Amino acid sequence: MIVYLDNAASTPPLPEVLAAVTHAMTDLYANPSSAHGLGAAAARALEQARGEVAALLRAQPPEIVFCGGGTEANALGLLGAAGLARGRHMVVSAIEHPAILRSAESLVSKGWQLSRVAPAPDARVTVESVLAALRPDTAVLAVMLANNEIGTLQPVAEIGRALRAAGRKLHFHVDAVQFAGLVAIDVATLGADSLAISGHKLHGPKGTGALWLRKGARVAPLWDGGRQEGGLRSGTENLPGWVGLGRAATLCLRNPQAGRAVAALRDRLESQIMEAIPEARTTVPATTPRAPHIASLLLPGLPAEPLLHALEARGVYASAGAACSTRAHGPSHVLAAIGISERDAVLRFSLSRLTTESDVKVAALALREAVDEIASVVKVRRRDTNP
Amino acid sequence: MTTILCRYGELFLKGGNRHIFLRALANNVRAAVRDLPEAKVSVPHGRVVVQVADQARAEACSRLERVFGLVSISPVATVLADIDAICAAAVMEAQAAVERDPDLRRSFKIEPHRSNKQFPLQSHEIACRAGDAVSVATGIPVDIHNPALRVGIEISPQATSVFAERRPAPGGLPAGVSGRAILLLSGGIDSPVAGWLAAKRGLAQEALTFHSPPFTGEKAKDKVIALARQLSRWQAVSTLWIAGFTETQKRLRAAGRPELAVVLYRRMMVRVADLLCDRAHCGAIVTGENLGQVASQTLTNMRNIEVAGRHLILRPLLTYDKVETTALARRIGTYDISALPFEDCCSLFVPAHPATAARLSDVERAEATLDVAKEAADIAEQAERIVL
Repeated sequence: MIVYLDNAASTPPLPEVLAAVTHAMTDLYANPSSAHGLGAAAARALEQARGEVAALLRAQPPEIVFCGGGTEANALGLLGAAGLARGRHMVVSAIEHPAILRSAESLVSKGWQLSRVAPAPDARVTVESVLAALRPDTAVLAVMLANNEIGTLQPVAEIGRALRAAGRKLHFHVDAVQFAGLVAIDVATLGADSLAISGHKLHGPKGTGALWLRKGARVAPLWDGGRQEGGLRSGTENLPGWVGLGRAATLCLRNPQAGRAVAALRDRLESQIMEAIPEARTTVPATTPRAPHIASLLLPGLPAEPLLHALEARGVYASAGAACSTRAHGPSHVLAAIGISERDAVLRFSLSRLTTESDVKVAALALREAVDEIASVVKVRRRDTNP
Repeated sequence: MTTILCRYGELFLKGGNRHIFLRALANNVRAAVRDLPEAKVSVPHGRVVVQVADQARAEACSRLERVFGLVSISPVATVLADIDAICAAAVMEAQAAVERDPDLRRSFKIEPHRSNKQFPLQSHEIACRAGDAVSVATGIPVDIHNPALRVGIEISPQATSVFAERRPAPGGLPAGVSGRAILLLSGGIDSPVAGWLAAKRGLAQEALTFHSPPFTGEKAKDKVIALARQLSRWQAVSTLWIAGFTETQKRLRAAGRPELAVVLYRRMMVRVADLLCDRAHCGAIVTGENLGQVASQTLTNMRNIEVAGRHLILRPLLTYDKVETTALARRIGTYDISALPFEDCCSLFVPAHPATAARLSDVERAEATLDVAKEAADIAEQAERIVL
């Protein structure tokens, strides 16, 4: 049996999404730009998908730019805005996903100055600290909606309101990759200029994403060519992928209560784990505003990777910190920013609306066994280091 | 059809056994190019000659550059045994060579080799005629003492060939002529290099790696498989054994003082390798050990580890510095794989302060608490075998 609790890394595509993708691949193979009827059919399907994504974000269809994934959507929002900016100063939160952080850092060699806003110990940046980082020449600001490693929500709407109140004219980009899908987003309430989502995080296909670009906001395309997607994303449309993304968006909308249900399961998972393993705790207080699907648990003095393999041996799939920063790229910048030691394991269990009550039970039990197995070896080690 | 001339070096030194070495070399060359289109290998006097379809030329060269026992290879132009055809080919090959490396424009020399005594001109005359042609056509000056570019002309009874390119091959002895061995392979930098060096001296090897799930993950296993595959491209390793080590490792850990653990693990690995040596008809165990590098690699501990086994243990890297090993790892294409982050033998099992000079009696007393022979037999019995 597979208990898949790594949905923040990627979600399984839903059968309806597969069917939509298959249909588009099989029947809508013509180029949407072609003048003939087959092209027109493809173009209609594309516009329908655009409408579906717009509905998910309560945006207007022309505000949606389809992209090749969350990283690309973020790059288009961030680097695209920088490409048209007069100022040469950028502000980002220090706990952004590498898609934002590394893109921002890439501008430093082009004469940009970059300020990173450190989070409070609850892994949230405050409105005040963001405002304090702004300078008269700040041209771009990026803050994520939900952190991908521990799920904490950032005060995006409050920042947006404060920017408006201060009359700031800068491009405010929001990374919503880890947030979209379970909780309704109304882009109009955020005070943002652009917002990025990814298909495979909400049961859609990989290699698909979208940028919402507020009507009136402008970004420069990252490359040029056939000028599809309003000239912002040249390249023949990935029709099957984007049709799949549109279908996934619609399926999200059909489950308005999913966020609440998932949050309840997440809370149960956390409490069952902490009951079974007294030394476990959540990385941030459970009362911290968080995305509904991420449980981030800290196990003092244990190594993360062996725990994951021990869980895997019991059919439970999770991540350490974030899937894409496991070991390969050194310690997590997010966990470091809130003062969590590398000596403690931080495991991320991430749920989806497919997660069941029994998944949660199995996962908590499996973790109990995994901790026993690993601790039996590690305890000896502790005695070594502290004779 | 492309012809590639392959030269071998010290095989000449092997008096009475020369034919054995040569047959092994020819077989290895055959194995290297076997699946390429129209591949044909022949062994005229003093050379190995490979023929492949033109489109496979680059692939064939890159494979032959990895065959131990060859010292250099040259893709050649095959021409009629006619001095005008030879001169024209010499000009073309020289031009192609200086195009690849303009530095060679400094000077050149013609190096004729005439074993077909029916050919009407003698070596000196061939050199003069071809030298004139190349010097007129390219303007490169002749320097017979210290030439930058050497244009070879081989006129043998079988064929006449002209070449100006010499690509180095690794030298050494054909893999297999020195016998067979078990290579203890980890995901680190050293052991693949040790396996490569052992193969260079003619050992054919089967690799053995230890896997400790859940302390090591699937990606760590894939990493070792990738390393073994890379070694197989050098014909250094043909097979990989993956042995489960978790339970034994736990029992060994509990058996004695923690600082003995590393020696206990290594002794067990040698015992398992011993059994696989028996099974796979191998005469030695090759390790990446390096004098003084880590706690298990002191003289005392190497001795402690060695006496646990029955087979000769070879340590090609014994005297290497890390810098030398790393440079070699890069050259043979294992470094980038070794540098991947997934740990193979989980550091959790390694105590913070391992003993650098464990007392053998302590080690043996710890081992007496479990049936080490049976543990080794079980591990060897259950090892998974991957043919590369």
